[in-house]
Amino acid sequence: MDDVSFEIPDGTFVGIIGHTGSGKSTLLQHLNGLLKPTEGKVYIDDVCITDPGVRMVDIRRRVGLVFQYPEYQLFEETVAKDVAFGPRNLGLSEEEIDRRVRGAMALVGLDYEALHDRSPFDLSGGQKRRVAIAGVIAMHPQVLILDEPTAGLDPAAHQDILDMIERVQREENIIIIYVSHNMADIARLSDRVLVMDHAKLVLEGTPAEVFGHRDYLHSIGLSVPPVMDIMSQLHEQDGRIDGGKMTPDEAAQEIARYLQQKR
Amino acid sequence: MKPIIQVKDLIFEYTRTDAETGEKTVNRAVDNVTFDIAKGSFVAVIGQNGSGKSTLAKCLNGLLLPTSGEVHVSGMRTSDDEHIWDVRSKVGMVFQNPDNQIVSSIIEDDVAFGPENLGIEPAEIRRRVDEALREVGMYDQRKKGPHQLSGGQKQRIAIAGAIAMRPECIVFDEPTAMLDPKGRNMVLYIIKKLNREGITTILITHFMEEAAQAERIIVMQQGRIFSDSTPHELFSDRERIRAAGLELPPAVDLRERVTALGCEIPADIVTADDLIDFITKQPAAAAAE
Repeated sequence: MDDVSFEIPDGTFVGIIGHTGSGKSTLLQHLNGLLKPTEGKVYIDDVCITDPGVRMVDIRRRVGLVFQYPEYQLFEETVAKDVAFGPRNLGLSEEEIDRRVRGAMALVGLDYEALHDRSPFDLSGGQKRRVAIAGVIAMHPQVLILDEPTAGLDPAAHQDILDMIERVQREENIIIIYVSHNMADIARLSDRVLVMDHAKLVLEGTPAEVFGHRDYLHSIGLSVPPVMDIMSQLHEQDGRIDGGKMTPDEAAQEIARYLQQKR
Repeated sequence: MKPIIQVKDLIFEYTRTDAETGEKTVNRAVDNVTFDIAKGSFVAVIGQNGSGKSTLAKCLNGLLLPTSGEVHVSGMRTSDDEHIWDVRSKVGMVFQNPDNQIVSSIIEDDVAFGPENLGIEPAEIRRRVDEALREVGMYDQRKKGPHQLSGGQKQRIAIAGAIAMRPECIVFDEPTAMLDPKGRNMVLYIIKKLNREGITTILITHFMEEAAQAERIIVMQQGRIFSDSTPHELFSDRERIRAAGLELPPAVDLRERVTALGCEIPADIVTADDLIDFITKQPAAAAAE
């Protein structure tokens, strides 16, 4: 990390993009106390989590991190036990643990009655991933960090995870920090986008602002969402096409307008 | 064109034995599948997680042997012991996670690993390694260690390792799933280049825009072939796409939206490049139709 500063307001969905090795994972690990900064501080609310006196369990309570391929970290005999692992470590009562397990499973779209007693290893890839995410949500974090939660999933499971994440944010109204190489997902979900390159925060803004810098993003190994990419290339070939359209609907209207005009 | 791979009535079952009860459970991952792959072709295999794509891929070069049915590579049956090394040198594999495929601490040693195991003489190995590294654009980095590389670069090394075996066919099992955008683009570019140079290419992917660039798409569902057609046929059938749990590539989605607005764009346009070409170069043809 090289002199990184930013703030995230409550309830904000923040997308983080950057090529492999740009510092995204290192940044995430600072946010949940796995790494301590050489210099500088991290505040969650008004608590400085980088102060020497702060206990790890208090940080974990506030910041939940779901790693890449979290299904590889499932280990309990049953789904319910796996989701309960985090809350149990917080020293909660059995009733409260049970309540949280049921709540978290409902939130990620897993049927408690059908699945709580099953081995997590018998579930599908997308379900396993939801079990792992439920385990973090059951901690009731103020900040939920998701590192590439859709990597390797098929289109339907991918879509399910995106819908689930949107539901979690709507219902819990927490900060979600979302790291992905999928620019279309970042554009769809994020209120703000942070761009990392060579350990620095190089760009920050709304999806429209950030993805407006197509050439710059290419120069640092990134891209823009496919629809924007098509529109930018069209604009390059013929300046009469507005290359700034972001959504498929706007883009289609612009293309139709251009084709009709050309006739 | 003569088929390089012939799959006939292929069934593959995973058998798991419960450690405590000794009870066996059988999971049929590939369920009676028959198809040919033409020499030099570019075939994408898509389908939901657990549909049997990766198991099928591993059957194509004898990493897994059929429970029943047969797989032939250039006429050699994968289940015949005497052919297994010939089969594996004809059909190379590149997997999803580059970190699981690199075994050496120096890149060029890693690329040499396969040919060395074939017992090829050192001067020939040197030639093949250099050629393979140039092919994937990593020759200048040949003395580096894998830890100094990005995910995309590691995947290019894994591809170089496959090329150094001089295969006629390479099966890519979700090679871009873990890569950043630049890594993805570069790996896909290399895959297409190798295919143009004559290597039969089988690409397993969850990215519809990658599948759209193939000549043929096989859709797997619950171990069976659900659909086997050109990208154009597949992606113009919304019902088939939905039933298979797939989605339209962005360019096709955009094309359909424009068509719905009253500006017909031909249905055989399935990639972004073709769409851009059509819109900027041939709008008059659309008006004439």
